[in-house]
Amino acid sequence: MNNITAERYTDGKPNLRRFHQACWDEPIIFELGQPGQRGILVPEVEEGIKSQVGDPFKGISDSLLRKDPPELPEISQPAVLRHYVHISQETLGVDCNIDVGQGTCTMKYSPKINDQLARMTELTELHPLQDETTVQGILEIFWRFEQILKEISGLDRFTMQPGAGSAAIYTNASIIRAYHASMGELDRRDEIITTIFSHPSDAACAKVAGFKVITLYPNEDGYPDIEALKAAISDRTAGLLITNPEDTGIYNPKITEFTRLVHAAGGLCSYDQANANGILGITRAREAGFDLCHFNLHKTFSTPHGCGGPAVGATGVTKELIPFLPVPLVDFDGEKYYLNYDIPNSIGKIRPFYGVAPAVLKAYAWVMALGAEGLREVAEIAVLNNNYLLKKILAIRGASAPYAKGKRRIEQVRYSWEKLYEETGVHSDELGIRAADFGVHYWTSHHPYVVPEPCTLEPTESYSKEELDEYAAIIENVANEAYADPELVKNAPYNSTVHTIDHYPLDDPQQWCITWRAYKRKAQQIPA
Amino acid sequence: MSFKKVVYPYIPNSEPGVKAQMLKEVNASSVDEFYRDIPSELRINGQLNLPPPFTSEYSLRRHIEKILGKNKTARQYLNFLGAGCYQHHVPAVCDEINSRGEFLTAYAGEPYDDHGRFQSLFEYTSMMAELLEMDVVNVPTYDGFQAAATALRMACRITNRNKVLLPETLGRDLLSKIQDYLKFDVEIIMVKHDPLTGGMDLHHLEVSLTQDYAAVFFENPSYLGFLELKGIEITDMAHDHGAVCIVSVDPISLGVLEPPVKYGADIVVGDIQPLGMHMQYGGGQAGFIASRDEEKYVMQYPSRLFGIVPTRVKGEYGFGDVAYERTSFAKREEGNEWVGTAAALWGITAGVYLALMGPQGMREIGEGILYRSKYAQQELGKLTNVNTGMFQVPHFKELIVNFDQTGKTVADINHRLLERNIFGGKDLSHDFQWLGESALFCFTEIHTKEDIDQLVTTLKEVLA
Repeated sequence: MNNITAERYTDGKPNLRRFHQACWDEPIIFELGQPGQRGILVPEVEEGIKSQVGDPFKGISDSLLRKDPPELPEISQPAVLRHYVHISQETLGVDCNIDVGQGTCTMKYSPKINDQLARMTELTELHPLQDETTVQGILEIFWRFEQILKEISGLDRFTMQPGAGSAAIYTNASIIRAYHASMGELDRRDEIITTIFSHPSDAACAKVAGFKVITLYPNEDGYPDIEALKAAISDRTAGLLITNPEDTGIYNPKITEFTRLVHAAGGLCSYDQANANGILGITRAREAGFDLCHFNLHKTFSTPHGCGGPAVGATGVTKELIPFLPVPLVDFDGEKYYLNYDIPNSIGKIRPFYGVAPAVLKAYAWVMALGAEGLREVAEIAVLNNNYLLKKILAIRGASAPYAKGKRRIEQVRYSWEKLYEETGVHSDELGIRAADFGVHYWTSHHPYVVPEPCTLEPTESYSKEELDEYAAIIENVANEAYADPELVKNAPYNSTVHTIDHYPLDDPQQWCITWRAYKRKAQQIPA
Repeated sequence: MSFKKVVYPYIPNSEPGVKAQMLKEVNASSVDEFYRDIPSELRINGQLNLPPPFTSEYSLRRHIEKILGKNKTARQYLNFLGAGCYQHHVPAVCDEINSRGEFLTAYAGEPYDDHGRFQSLFEYTSMMAELLEMDVVNVPTYDGFQAAATALRMACRITNRNKVLLPETLGRDLLSKIQDYLKFDVEIIMVKHDPLTGGMDLHHLEVSLTQDYAAVFFENPSYLGFLELKGIEITDMAHDHGAVCIVSVDPISLGVLEPPVKYGADIVVGDIQPLGMHMQYGGGQAGFIASRDEEKYVMQYPSRLFGIVPTRVKGEYGFGDVAYERTSFAKREEGNEWVGTAAALWGITAGVYLALMGPQGMREIGEGILYRSKYAQQELGKLTNVNTGMFQVPHFKELIVNFDQTGKTVADINHRLLERNIFGGKDLSHDFQWLGESALFCFTEIHTKEDIDQLVTTLKEVLA
C-alpha cells in the first residue's frame, strides 16, 4: 500500500488542492424538456365553482386576454431539479470555499440552524397584514433585535425596512434631507461629503436623494484628509456619509474631529457600517459623534448573501431623528408588540411592509448564539485573522499594502500588485481569474482603482489558521506563476466551469443579449 | 467557579492555543494592538449590555421556537389577505433550490467562480421575458415598489422631463415610496379614476397630459384588484405626448392576461413574490423591470443586466454584465441611481417556479384564480347588504367588498372573523375613505370551494 497521504504534502505542508470547478456543460433551460411535459400541477378548480361561474373570462375585453401562450420551457420535475442542482454546483458559495477573497463583503459563515429556524412555517406562512395579535412572535423578534442594535451602535432607534446596504444609505440620505427641510434649510444645504474609500453607494444614493456629492481622497498615510474635509465644509453641507474603517482596513483616528466639524457647520453625520465586523463591541457610532448609521445584516450579522439578497440594511438614528424614520416602527407597550405609524415627519415607505423578516430572525439568532462576549470575539478574531493574512500576503513577491506603512489594519486590507504588474505585465484581475482555478474568490476593488492593481481581502472570523494558510499559499502560487510564466496566468482559467469569456458583445447594443429571447433574435444559426 | 473560555463553533480561531500562536506570529502581545488607531475615548469599556446568549444550538432553537410559536399562521387560519403579498402554493422544488448552500451563500463572484449564479439569473430574466414578451429584464431589485419608483426615474432620464402621472387608486404605501424616491426633482400628478370602472378617467388624463410629462404609470390588475380595460387608450395618449408608459403587473396573471407590451407599455414592472416565494411576513418581495431591447432604455437601468456570450471554447455558454459602465459600481454618483445587494435569490427561485409551471401551469393558475375570485364575488354578493360590485369590471385575484350597508366597520368584522380563525381582507377604510367601509379580499389557487364557502357562511354569521 502506498502512503497516499504523504504524497499530499511537500516539506510538511499540504500541496495545493487539485481543484476543478463543477462543469456540467449545462444547457440553457429553454433547451430542456418536451412540449407537454409538466413540472408541477396546480390545484384543479372544483366542479361546483366551475358550474356556477361559467365562463371565467366573461367581461374581460378581448384585447386583454392572452392569445399566445408564453414560450416557457415545458420540463418534468426531476429534470428541472437536476438542472438547477447542476448550476448550483457551478456556484462557489461560502459553504464551499475559503471565502476571504471577496473583501468588503464579509463572507462569513451563515449558521445552518438559523436557516432552519427561518424556514419554520411560523415565519414563512405569515402575511404582513395579519392582525397584530397573531404576529406577536415575529414582532418580538424585530423589537428584540432592535434593542441589540441600539446597544451595539449607541443610537436610539432602528428600522429594518431598507432592503440592503445601499437602500439603507439612501434612507439615511432621505432622512438627512427631511431633517434639513424641517429646519427650513434644504434650499441651501445641498451637498453631501463622502470619501473615495467609502462604498460607491454613499456617493450614488446621496445623489438620488438630491444632493451634490463631494468626494474626499486620502492623505498620503491613507487616512481621510481632514484638511480636505475643512475645505469641503460650508454652509451648503447637508451631511457626511462615511465608513470607518474604510475599504483599506484603516481606521480614521480623527473621526470625532470629522463629525465635530460637520456638526459645527450644521450638517448631519451618517456612519456606513455595512461592514462593522472588526469593531463589534469595540467602538460605537454614538461615541464617534454620528447621528445615523446602518448595518448590513448579510455582512456583519451573518445572514446568507443569497447571490445578492434578500437582505436588510438596518438603519439607526439618534433620538432627534426618530421623527423622520420610515413607517412603521415596532414598539412594545409592556404587554404587546405593535406597529407604530405615528411618526410625525416620517419619510414614508422605503419598501413594502417592514423588511425582510427571515433576515432579521437569522441575525437575531446569530447574536443570541454569541452574546456580548462572543460578538467581541468575532471582532477580535476577524482582526487577528486579517493581520495574520496581511503578514502572509506581504511576504509574497510583488505584493504591497499601500498606506499606513507598518501599521495594523482592522478587518480587511486593500493590497496592491503594482510591483508584480510592473515586473510581469500581469494585472490584478488576471491573478484573480487564475485564483479561481484553485477554488477561491478574489476581488480587486470598487472603481476607480485609487490603489493601483488592487486586491481586497477580508478573512472574517470564520476561517481557521490552516485555511488562511491555504488561501495565502494559493495567492503565493499564482504570484509565483506570474513571475515564472505570465502567459500561464493571463490565459486562465483552466479549471473553472467556463473558459475565457468574450466580453465585447456585452457593451455592443447590436450584440448584447440580456435574455434568451433576445439571443434567439440576435444569434445566427441556432440549431433547432 | 473556574473561568472556562468559550470556544465558539462559528469561530475556529477562538481556540485559545491557536489564538495565542497567531498573535505570536504577527508579533502582537494582544488584539488590542490592532486597535491602536481607535482613540481610547471611543473604546467601549467592558462589554456591551446584551442578553445572555444561548450558546448551545439546542437552547438557541428552543428560545427561537418559543418566540415564533406565538405567531398564528396562514396555514392555521384561513387567509384572505393580499394587498401586495400573496399566499400561493410554493412548489417544494423552489424551496429545495433556494436552500442549497451554493446559491444561498454565494454573493458577488466573477463568472469564473459563480457561473451557475449568472446562468440561473440569466434564465430567470429570460423566462420573465417570455412571460412579459419583452427582451430586457433586470436582475431583481428589492421589491415591486422599488421597480416602480426606478422605472419612473428611468422614464425621466429617457425623456429628459420631470413630471409623471399616477392613478389615484395606487396603494398608499407604493405612493409613499414613489413620493419619497422622486421628491427632490420630479413632480407627481394623480389622475382621477372612473367611478364606474375604477380605471383611469381618460378625460382627466387627456386634460392633464402635456408635452412635459415623462411617464404615465398604471397597474393591471390595480392595487384594488380591478382590471384596467383601457390600456391601449392610455398608452396611445401617453405616446402622443412623448411620454413613456409604465405598467405594473402581477406576473401570476400573465398566463391568461396579455402582457402589457401588447397594449403599448414601454416599461413593465412588478413584484415576483407570487412566483414561488413564501409570504415570510413581507420578506419574499422582489422587483422586476422589463423593457424593449433599445439602447436608450437599456442604458438607463441602474440594475445589473446579465448577458449571454461565447467563450473561447466552441459551444460553451458564458455570461457577463451588460453595459456595466452605466452602473454606480463603475461610476459612483455618475451612474444610474445605484446598484447593490437586492433580492437575487428570489429571482433564482422565480425562475425555478416558471420552469416548473410552464405555459400550461401559468394558464391553469391564472384561470383558477379568475374562477375562484369570481365565485367568491358571486357568493359574497349574495349576502344581505354586502356589495361586491364597487366597480363594474372584472377583477383578478383581489376584490373590494363593501360593508357600508351592514352598519358595521371592517375593523369590527375582521375582528369577528379572526375569532373564527379567518384573516379577513385588508381594511381599506383608512387609505381609501371614498370607498367607505371596504375590505380587499384575496383569492388564489390555494382556496378550495369549501374555504370560500366557509368565508361566506362565517361572514353571514358575523353580519347577522
